[in-house]
Amino acid sequence: MELRSYIIRRLLLLIPVLFGVSMFIFGITMLFSPTQRATLYISDPRQLADLPAVIELYGLDQPVWSQFTTWLGQVLSGNLGWSKVVGMPVWEAIWHYLPATLELAIFATPAIIFLGILFGTTAAAHKDTLVDHGTRVGAIVGWSLPTFWLGLILLMVFYGIFRGFLPPDRLSVQMNIMVNSAEFIRYTHINTIDAILNLNGPVLLDALRHLILPVITLSVVNVAFIMRLMRSSMLEALGKGYVLTARAKGLPERVVVNKHARRNALIPVITISGYLFAALANGVVITETIFIYKGIGWWAWQAALNLDIPAILGFALFNAVLFVLVNLVVDILYTRVDPRVRLGGTVQ
Amino acid sequence: MSDWKFMARQLIRNPLSLMGIIIIVVFAIIAIFAPLIAPTPEGHRNPYMIPHEGYSVTPRPPSEEHIFGTTQGQYDIFYGCIWGTRSAFHIGLVVIGVVLLTGIVLGSLSGYFGGLLDEVIMRITDIFLAFPALILAMAIVAALGPSLKSIMIALATVSWPSYARLIRGDILQVREEDYIEASRGLGASSMRVILRHALPNAIYPTLVMASLDIGAIVLAAAALSFLGLGVPEGYADWGQLVSFARNWIVGPPGDPLKYWYAVTIPGLFILFFVLGWNLLGDAFRDILDPRLARR
Repeated sequence: MELRSYIIRRLLLLIPVLFGVSMFIFGITMLFSPTQRATLYISDPRQLADLPAVIELYGLDQPVWSQFTTWLGQVLSGNLGWSKVVGMPVWEAIWHYLPATLELAIFATPAIIFLGILFGTTAAAHKDTLVDHGTRVGAIVGWSLPTFWLGLILLMVFYGIFRGFLPPDRLSVQMNIMVNSAEFIRYTHINTIDAILNLNGPVLLDALRHLILPVITLSVVNVAFIMRLMRSSMLEALGKGYVLTARAKGLPERVVVNKHARRNALIPVITISGYLFAALANGVVITETIFIYKGIGWWAWQAALNLDIPAILGFALFNAVLFVLVNLVVDILYTRVDPRVRLGGTVQ
Repeated sequence: MSDWKFMARQLIRNPLSLMGIIIIVVFAIIAIFAPLIAPTPEGHRNPYMIPHEGYSVTPRPPSEEHIFGTTQGQYDIFYGCIWGTRSAFHIGLVVIGVVLLTGIVLGSLSGYFGGLLDEVIMRITDIFLAFPALILAMAIVAALGPSLKSIMIALATVSWPSYARLIRGDILQVREEDYIEASRGLGASSMRVILRHALPNAIYPTLVMASLDIGAIVLAAAALSFLGLGVPEGYADWGQLVSFARNWIVGPPGDPLKYWYAVTIPGLFILFFVLGWNLLGDAFRDILDPRLARR
């Protein structure tokens, strides 16, 4: 019962945040002239020809508050405006490009979590040994790497030296034709999943080949981050009384580390899943830009370069809403994992 | 004060943080003596614009005259990297200064007075923290029009809320202490209590940690400028130098590494700059972390 009221309270708290977020985005749009803002309301290319009519229709010369309510109404009904770089409505563009980005995330997220936890545990279990120092230095360097530069260096090596071994883009030309042909059914638009569902080996291999470098680029920084957190969390757990007890009753070190210490050390790591989402959202923009991997990050980059304001603001709004929801889910999960967290306590 | 001495000794003893200090000092020297290390050619008006001879797009390899070679558009990579150090410090110091000031003012007002003011300020930080930082920064730069100033405004806008929260938390911790009560009892004004008693006892660690975030700020600025959302073409900036090299990742057949210098060298400058600050920051975190201390 307590959990239910907690969830309800958190959901209610979302309203002012999302309202504030939309007000902030709207505030940015007010930097522009009515003619520029008109594209925020367009859902059909024919309207572009007659912008004064659009200004009239949505009252873009009206007082700010009435404009805000009009805009909010449009956003809530799914009209985020017209993205000129890709020539489609913003909302449609998001759905069009999302599967590619999801594909990246599907591969990167487990890799990040698994490797981060593994390295962190190992470093902590061997505190102040060569292994520990090595992983720590690795983590700091990884954490300091400019993602965009890492991606370019990887391309230089695996696309340049090993002639075209791991190429940019999402699929090679022939595979692209195959994917878009009639006999290949696009269930999800996520290439690897579609290839498996269509039992198409070549497409699957090709898609994976194109995924390796982007996934590495996206993962390195975040593995370093989780590893650092996991290490200090593990060190704290290893100093606890129950670890001493476990060791005293003669359990093998492996069991003490993996079962007793690690499970408790994982709790703080869960709290940063929200952070991980934000890091991935930021990371895909850079990763997709380098590898010309056409997902929403690539689209956002194109939009920002060409001052496609509806697209970039729609993208920011979309990410903010997702981020807020992810944080909500993480907080709720947290109360399940760690019963010590007081539900009625401070909600931050 | 002995705390500070203890801390300084720890930093110098630890090889990693000592390396961080050395890296930062080297970069500071490069920035200060940039006009001597890479003299601006005669008749070149703005020293922050990289000189270039001709407009040929193909990068040229390192030579006597251009020791790091030239990148796309014949911009001298050595000059760009050296003066780019100044740009990096400029961006990092300005942004961290603005962010800390905003954070201290809003955070201490929020933490000290509490109540409605606290609620309002915290809800505002919620709004800013609802966005993934780089994406919000991108949107702001795009809206303001790409320029160095826009990058700095965008980065300051996305980073102040977390500092305001940190400082608020620090102030909350000391607010109920006896010495605060005592100075209040003596009739000190709120301003005086905050400035003379609460802040000095609460925020030094936060302040130190925050100023080491310069590395992260410079990294974010480099990313924005790599994406093409930032400095004007030819401005001495590491991120832009890397983006110039984007078309020259792979050389002609038979010589795939022909243009290695164009992408590698500016990237190494970014990496080492950020690494220096992070090494120092990491050591500080360990020293300040009470859970790991003296074990």
